[in-house]
Amino acid sequence: MKRQLILEDGTVFIGEGFGSDIETVGEVVFNTGMTGYQEILSDPSYCGQMVTLTYPLIGNYGINRDDFESIQPSIKALIVREASDMPSNFRSELTIDELLKEKNIPGLSGIDTRKLTRMIRQHGTLKGRLTSMDAEVNEVVESLQHVVLSTDQVQQVSTPTPYPSPGRGKRVVLVDFGMKHGILRELNQRDCDVVVVPYNTTVSSILALHPDGVMLSNGPGDPKDVSEAIDMVRELLGKVPVFGICLGHQLFALACGADTFKLKFGHRGSNHPVKEITTGKVAITAQNHGYTVDPASLENTPLHITHVALNDGTVEGLRHDKVPAFTVQYHPEASPGPEDANDLFDQFITMMEQFLKEEVAHA
Amino acid sequence: MPKRIDIKTILVIGSGPIVIGQAAEFDYAGTQACLALREEGYRVILVNSNPATIMTDTEIADKVYMEPLTVEFISRIIRKERPDALLPTLGGQTALNLAVELSDSGVLDECGVEILGTKLSAIQQAEDRDLFRTLMNELGEPVPDSDIVHNLDEAKAFVEKIGYPVIVRPAFTLGGTGGGICHNDEELKEIVTSGLKYSPVTQCLLEKSIAGFKEIEYEVMRDANDHAIVVCNMENIDPVGIHTGDSIVVAPSQTLSDREYQMLRNCSLKIIRALGIEGGCNVQLALDPHSYQYYIIEVNPRVSRSSALASKATGYPIAKLAAKIAVGLSLDEMLNPVTGTSYACFEPALDYVVTKIPRWPFDKFESAKRNLGTQMKATGEIMAIGRTIEESLLKAVRSLENDVYHLELEDADTFSDEWMERRIRKAGDERLFYIGEALRRGTTVEQIHDWSQIDLFFLHKMENIIRFEEKIASSRDYDVVKKAKRLGFSDKTIAKLWNCSEKEVYEWRCKRDIVPVYKMVDTCAAEFESVTPYFYGTYEDENESIVSDRKKVVVLGSGPIRIGQGVEFDYATVHSVWAIKEAGYEAIIVNNNPETVSTDFSISDKLYFEPLTIEDVMHIIDLEKPEGVVVQFGGQTAINLADKLVERGVTILGTSLEDLDRAENRDHFEQTLQELDIPQPEGKTATSTEQALVIADSIEYPVLVRPSYVLGGRAMEIVYRAEELQQYMTSAVKASPDHPVLIDRYLTGKEIEVDAICDGENVLIPGIMEHIERAGVHSGDSIAVYPPQSLSQQHIDQLALYTERLARGLNIKGLINIQYVISKGEIFVLEVNPRSSRTVPFLSKITGVPMANLATKAILGATLPSLGYGTGLVQPGPGVFVKVPVFSFAKLRRVDITLGPEMKSTGEVMGRDATFEKALYKGLVAAGVSIKNHGSVLLTVADKDKPEAASIAKRFHTLGYKILATEGTASALNELGVPFEVVNKIGQGEKTLLDLIQAGEIQLVINTLTKGKQPARDGFRIRRESVENSIPCLTSLDTAEAMVRVFESMDFEMDPMAGQAKETTQL
Ligand SMILES: Nc1ncnc2c1ncn2[C@@H]1O[C@H](COP(=O)(O)OP(=O)(O)O)[C@@H](O)[C@H]1O
Ligand SMILES: Nc1ncnc2c1ncn2[C@@H]1O[C@H](COP(=O)(O)OP(=O)(O)O)[C@@H](O)[C@H]1O
Ligand SMILES: [Mg+2]
Ligand SMILES: [Mg+2]
Repeated sequence: MKRQLILEDGTVFIGEGFGSDIETVGEVVFNTGMTGYQEILSDPSYCGQMVTLTYPLIGNYGINRDDFESIQPSIKALIVREASDMPSNFRSELTIDELLKEKNIPGLSGIDTRKLTRMIRQHGTLKGRLTSMDAEVNEVVESLQHVVLSTDQVQQVSTPTPYPSPGRGKRVVLVDFGMKHGILRELNQRDCDVVVVPYNTTVSSILALHPDGVMLSNGPGDPKDVSEAIDMVRELLGKVPVFGICLGHQLFALACGADTFKLKFGHRGSNHPVKEITTGKVAITAQNHGYTVDPASLENTPLHITHVALNDGTVEGLRHDKVPAFTVQYHPEASPGPEDANDLFDQFITMMEQFLKEEVAHA
Repeated sequence: MPKRIDIKTILVIGSGPIVIGQAAEFDYAGTQACLALREEGYRVILVNSNPATIMTDTEIADKVYMEPLTVEFISRIIRKERPDALLPTLGGQTALNLAVELSDSGVLDECGVEILGTKLSAIQQAEDRDLFRTLMNELGEPVPDSDIVHNLDEAKAFVEKIGYPVIVRPAFTLGGTGGGICHNDEELKEIVTSGLKYSPVTQCLLEKSIAGFKEIEYEVMRDANDHAIVVCNMENIDPVGIHTGDSIVVAPSQTLSDREYQMLRNCSLKIIRALGIEGGCNVQLALDPHSYQYYIIEVNPRVSRSSALASKATGYPIAKLAAKIAVGLSLDEMLNPVTGTSYACFEPALDYVVTKIPRWPFDKFESAKRNLGTQMKATGEIMAIGRTIEESLLKAVRSLENDVYHLELEDADTFSDEWMERRIRKAGDERLFYIGEALRRGTTVEQIHDWSQIDLFFLHKMENIIRFEEKIASSRDYDVVKKAKRLGFSDKTIAKLWNCSEKEVYEWRCKRDIVPVYKMVDTCAAEFESVTPYFYGTYEDENESIVSDRKKVVVLGSGPIRIGQGVEFDYATVHSVWAIKEAGYEAIIVNNNPETVSTDFSISDKLYFEPLTIEDVMHIIDLEKPEGVVVQFGGQTAINLADKLVERGVTILGTSLEDLDRAENRDHFEQTLQELDIPQPEGKTATSTEQALVIADSIEYPVLVRPSYVLGGRAMEIVYRAEELQQYMTSAVKASPDHPVLIDRYLTGKEIEVDAICDGENVLIPGIMEHIERAGVHSGDSIAVYPPQSLSQQHIDQLALYTERLARGLNIKGLINIQYVISKGEIFVLEVNPRSSRTVPFLSKITGVPMANLATKAILGATLPSLGYGTGLVQPGPGVFVKVPVFSFAKLRRVDITLGPEMKSTGEVMGRDATFEKALYKGLVAAGVSIKNHGSVLLTVADKDKPEAASIAKRFHTLGYKILATEGTASALNELGVPFEVVNKIGQGEKTLLDLIQAGEIQLVINTLTKGKQPARDGFRIRRESVENSIPCLTSLDTAEAMVRVFESMDFEMDPMAGQAKETTQL
């Protein structure tokens, strides 16, 4: 059934609806990964966003039971050139249409996704509404100009209650701002004894779990919308080793007095080169962020830049000068995307071991 | 890491002649590499024996050597030029193997030449199947059960262990030469024996067959700082078991989830890191469709056919960056040339689907085994870009120029279901079309999957296409047509379904604005602003191809490389584009061949990577509104579009359509020649067998017969008797009023080839080439010599005169190519091609006349005098130049190698030196003819050739060769008193000449075509046996005579004192 995507600037894309046929409003962003649509649509960092995939054929290998990054996908809509109804892969269990119906997420196919992508590249991310054909375009545009997109995405996707993911190794408290399962997987693979806690957990209750380290997860939206977390991180520093990813990285920066701002259209894809300053080594990384840390604002903070994006020089990694804490803007847990930066998790483990030794020494 | 400043001069080795498995992709890679190195300020010395390439142009390297690619000759170049370094990874397998040999020979150490890029040790580790397997085991990367064998017994022993099927892969060979899959003992014997023969190290890998797995390729790059990236991955639609070069391939992979994609990516990068690759590399993997199980098939530690494809598929210039990596630059300090803003250290993101389909030579070699396996048979390939699989696939199909525009075959209705099943089970060149037909007949995709192992994903897409045919047939409604075009349907197909003309469909669409837009290939899926003028057409909303206000000229390329239309035409196309730019126009090229230089987006002002059909070309013209279109450099491909273009009101720049027709249309041509008073072999057109026989009698046998309008002398035969003609008319061609057959008097004599440039008034003749083989051997298959060695001045003047008369008479604006035969002292015209020809690059290079450039300027209105090159016949300078054809018979089982009027060669080399003999020697060596100046020569020739053969034998004998001959031929030798040894014919006694050939007791075979069933068949076996044993087999006495001359020139006389000669030679 034909449906239309109406953008705040008045552009209309008419295509075939698939998945659920509910109306939806959101911020339209694009991802350039050629594989990994299942991971992308289930990545909580996309909460509140309509995601268009630049690769035209989506759903080719179907949906399987393993590759979800969260149990409840939270994207607003999926926009593609073609959604495959005949997937082929030994793990495939559903078509993408079936999944979106089941999760009550609308999809739009058959549109010129490259045109949409170029618009976003030129004008920056745009608000849009995915709706039925009988919607009155001017009215929609009118209303779009006034809608304020929600600012509580983290609350929406974070776990309401703590839960353990036991292991025999280091005790890690993983603060869930909209965590991708990949992060948990990487920690468990390293035998970590993980406790996942809600985004608004207090420092005292975190420390009460006697963690060897705290991991700040990725998550959706503007880091400044989760002020309680910023304070929490500030207090944590020094007491226990901290490793942050994506939103966790931005919160760490804010906690240390730096500032963040919104990028024109963000970094979303699986081919982003990131250079490690000390070694000069470049890793190809998976990224998904609309905000970034302002390098100028690092001036008189205890932070220094460890990684930069090769292409636009944006801050990709930070380390605290005095206390054991480092963070990256990109996704070392990959899924989807290259696993080049996977060793950061090992660095986190080593950091925790280091910290323990020193404690013993001081005791 | 900054570039090396300790080296100044770099020697680059090219890949030599075009053969199956090593084609134009290395002209593209080599050219890019040389330019990249010079861009960085290095002095580049290039050696390559292939004159038909851009890379051997003097503008590409500081010094270009066109010498045989052998250790002997390259060592001399090294000693002379003293390069600091050698770059071997851009000249294909040839250059790689040479690098190994050169280093073994010690000359590199002797002259302190460093090997740049990937280290030799790594090359050997990747190429030597045994070393490679060991490395994989160390890395814990899976390879199929396998064993290295050096003889048949070892092979048998291995099969005992793991059972059939097994596959045989010779070490260090091109395109799987000599390899194959064995299901039983006979096949094992045959394939292992040939495999060992072809492997320079008599080593084969026997491997458990994993046929049926998904075949996936990763094109990867690594720099000395250990940055490693994937440029592109590709999925073969044809599963493992069919050579990637013979497989239909799509990019990126379609049926791999991110997990599988990353798993194979990690594996590929791990391997190139372990090997220490510095540059481009190709990793081939096999993935079980039902699990995560994968195997490494092989690694090519160099740029390859696939990397050319990957470059064109993504826009990422692999060869260029590989060359820069070789001199020390690292990926993160080089900008991505496509975006100009982002860096080369990233992984391209595609937002379209690329399909590659190989182009096979079976249309010329009806007798050849058409089925495909682990040994490559394609001569070229085409690529198409679309936004869906369907669009991409159908665009690819119509790019093939095989008279197919859709997933259908002519008279498909006549095929039985059994036949179809067989052709789908056992892959052949036409499998894709059989699948289309099967789906049309309602065969389920599951069934076809079961037969072919082709992934259901692709079969479903094909089904979508077939299913939609009915929809189109049943309605002319806007939405249906729009959908059809989005699915890639050609107007031709829609027209067929509507039964109306293609033109009507085109106009119907345009009226309703159903036209394609053009999107940019930008490596980054539009994430960054890009500057590349590289476009493909698709049926979407937004057009990105901004039309400039400059005056424009469109040049049509020559499409896929095939026998009869090779890289020579790409050479001319590129030079035409350059000339157009020089003349101040915007040069726009349309082509679909991913291997070539012309489709490098940095050549033209705008590149449209599109099929060369009237529909696709017209859409570009509608958008760009050029001054006109240049068709004379794109071979027959472009010429054949001329009339349709004119019909649609497009201006053809250069020679007009009428004049093209006067040269190409048989009757008009005859008229023209009469008007110009230039003799032509007597000939007539027959539309029935009866008529043919009458005509033949009237003009006297032997006659030369062929269907009208053919390229590369297809289905052309010399016929000596009425019975033969009868047989030809009934079996070879179906003569009918609209498919007439041409019957010409066959004139024996010297064949001459001339190319000229004409501005409509003045004619410039860069040179005249004399063929060594007499007329009857296709001009493309004969050895051409410049300047002519045996022509009288009077003949030369006459040829120049005729050529000028023809050029003017046909109002040629641009290039003209003429073939003459001099029979009994009289000159006849055989053929006139009003276009660029196979010999243009050769002549341009040896005479220094930039033919394509001048022709283009003339086309754009300049006069030759104004261009400063004078007119008339250019006087030859010093030196003799020969052009020697190169064949790929080893790759094509069951093809008869006899030279005839039908072209069979795939490539060519050049030999140059002070004398004819020296030049020819080089030419032969460069062509890979193994020349031994002693040993045994076997003669077995047709009766008509015996006397001539005997005199040649005598000369071989004088040089100290042992002469072997079959009875008949022997008697002729007797008469000349040449000592010889009789050998048994096939089926004569136990040890026949075949055994001798196999036993390697014969160094040269001279065999001419004998008519009549039995001898014909024997002759065929003798010739094939020679090929399989890589023993030179000459089928023309002219070639033999020339070769003997070469030997004589190299040899000192060995005669006893006067008077004794006879007796002693008798000993
Ligand atoms: N073990 C195997 N079983 C079945 N087919 C194989 C096997 N190994 C290779 N092949 C097929 O043979 C083709 C050629 O093998 P490859 O090692 O790539 O030789 P080449 O050097 O000629 O490319 C491959 O493309 C693949 O399709
Ligand atoms: N009348 C003829 N007499 C002798 N040889 C001929 C004659 N016509 C053609 N040939 C031979 O056949 C070859 C191919 O014929 P040609 O007309 O040039 O076809 P193509 O279009 O393939 O070049 C020529 O190169 C020549 O050697
Ligand atoms: Mg291969
Ligand atoms: Mg010819």
